[in-house]
Amino acid sequence: MAVPANQPLLQVKGLRIEFPTRRGTLVAVNDISFHIDPGEVLGVVGESGAGKSLTGAAIIGLLEPPGRIAAGEIRFDGQRIDNLPYEQMRRIRGKQIGAVFQDPLTSLNPLYSIGRQLIETITTHLPISESEARKRAIELLTEVGIPSPERRIDQYPHQFSGGMRQRVVISLALCANPRLIIADEPTTALDVSIQAQIIALLKKLCREHGTAVMLVTHDMGVIAETADRVAVMYAGRIAEIGPAHQVIKHALHPYTAGLMGSIPMVGTDAARLVQIEGAMPRLTEIPPGCAFNPRCPKVFARCRAERPEPIAVGASSAACWLYADGGPRG
Amino acid sequence: MAEPLLQVRDLARYFDVSPPWLNRVLEGQKRLILKAVDGVNFTIPKGETFSIVGESGCGKSTVARLVVGLYRPTNGNITFEGHYLGAMTTRAQIAPIRRKLQMIFQDPYASLNPRWRVADIIAEPIRAFRLVEGRQAIIDRVGELLRQVKLTPADGVKYPHEFSGGQRQRISIARALASQPDFLVCDEPTSALDVSVQAQILNLMKDLQRQLGLTYLFISHNLAVVYHISDRVAVMYLGRLAEVAPTRTLFRRPRHPYTRMLLDTIPDLAMTGRQRQPVAGEVPSPINPPSGCAFHPRCPFANDRCKAERPEPKSVPDGGLVACHGVEEGRVPDAPIGLVRS
Repeated sequence: MAVPANQPLLQVKGLRIEFPTRRGTLVAVNDISFHIDPGEVLGVVGESGAGKSLTGAAIIGLLEPPGRIAAGEIRFDGQRIDNLPYEQMRRIRGKQIGAVFQDPLTSLNPLYSIGRQLIETITTHLPISESEARKRAIELLTEVGIPSPERRIDQYPHQFSGGMRQRVVISLALCANPRLIIADEPTTALDVSIQAQIIALLKKLCREHGTAVMLVTHDMGVIAETADRVAVMYAGRIAEIGPAHQVIKHALHPYTAGLMGSIPMVGTDAARLVQIEGAMPRLTEIPPGCAFNPRCPKVFARCRAERPEPIAVGASSAACWLYADGGPRG
Repeated sequence: MAEPLLQVRDLARYFDVSPPWLNRVLEGQKRLILKAVDGVNFTIPKGETFSIVGESGCGKSTVARLVVGLYRPTNGNITFEGHYLGAMTTRAQIAPIRRKLQMIFQDPYASLNPRWRVADIIAEPIRAFRLVEGRQAIIDRVGELLRQVKLTPADGVKYPHEFSGGQRQRISIARALASQPDFLVCDEPTSALDVSVQAQILNLMKDLQRQLGLTYLFISHNLAVVYHISDRVAVMYLGRLAEVAPTRTLFRRPRHPYTRMLLDTIPDLAMTGRQRQPVAGEVPSPINPPSGCAFHPRCPFANDRCKAERPEPKSVPDGGLVACHGVEEGRVPDAPIGLVRS
């Protein structure tokens, strides 16, 4: 669980990510702020196009051009990292902030043995010799549950199954003992039984190493199992952020409530699922006021005119006018 | 049970995945046969939703394709409304069955022709089976179908790329409904969609089933979706059925160790603090499956009999079928696992 600290490990303030195009500038992520404490797991959920992966990419400095950070700041351990020169950022990435991506096959180099990739990463970030690095690589592979690591270390990515590859990717992310891991849909490409294994592994390792995790996913089930806090994103903004059990069981924002109701659950016999009409707006067609207003069952006049800022309600906060003036209404 | 609409008997489909002839001759490599589906039996009564659930590579999509006739079975037979599909060879014989048996595919980005207007995509089965004659009558029918899937007749003039994933899946459903089928095979129809859109499609499928009296064969890897939509569920593992049971029975009281394991992987969204046991091991390669019961290397209850002898599906008291020696001999614990309250 989160260790109380005076200073959050990661602090994002007013982040805005833009994509300049011929037909004008698209704002993919707009004015989002959140923090992650040391050792904490923050889940970021949302549907495709909500901007959750871009937020993760911006933090590790891997935004694909023409995408760029147009406003706001990202602080890691008090230091600004959003405007660092490439070389300096490279030293932080991997050493301080690790990354695990969705598709384990594309995040490993097919031409190098996994041992070579691990050793390269270790020697880049830690001042140790190659043979020590190899020993550490074997330890890491053991730790992520790869059987007979002494033999497997010299094999190539294609010789591993999907679940095993994701374990290798996690060991790569852990190489230099980072303090934060950005995990972008780490279980989406895997079968359900393997998914459960990988989630359990991530949880265990982060607890043991005290690593904080930003877990980006569209799967509420994964969040419920892993996250301490959850941020729900909609159309480039954070709709609601708060402790996981609070957000999942007592959602504040109508979007979160709809999203939770639309997930079929074993043991819940509903003839129909809760249905949010329509779809998330395209980036070019985000409506004025609250972006969710055309689909919201509780919409009223103010929602169409004014954009809500996050409003604190208990331990959570929701960007919804229902909670303005100190209490829920409607 | 209502009259059976679809009967599948001893269905098998093998694929030849041998290395090329030259490699076999020069390097002495052997022929390799992948048994994607082997010895599968099930019956679907009219009006039921029957689901097949399993991990990737278990053969569930192959079953779907065999049922609609996209593959020919290596062995066994499929009977639809009392007609034996294997005996039909001419187009004239098959056409009336094809009309009643339609399919919805997983990826709505790949299953619609990008160069056709939506109205033409939906009208194709109407024209092919000559269900409605005359231009205006076809236009009216297409408009009616679009309304049925909660789109508007004006959407007919657009192209598929102008629609979102969920809307495209609605178009796929409208196309499948165009031939007025009795039976729809749905191969992972919502797994490419976001959850809120998935809810829209699942609700639509349930409404259509009620309105039109449809029967569904539903293929999915998502246990929660299967729980929500099905009347009966079959669990598949490496080409064979491990367990078949009515939905509530299966989720309340899974019998087969593989089913128990699968159900244990469902994330605890209700946050009840239920302890899960992550399963060890992975699905073995179907090219070289384990001897005896294919699940024995991962099964905590396996013994020598499981390694040597393949279990056949046997009836269990509460209406299911289970292929497991352990269940038959009473070695596997038979306790509810608390996902569903009785």
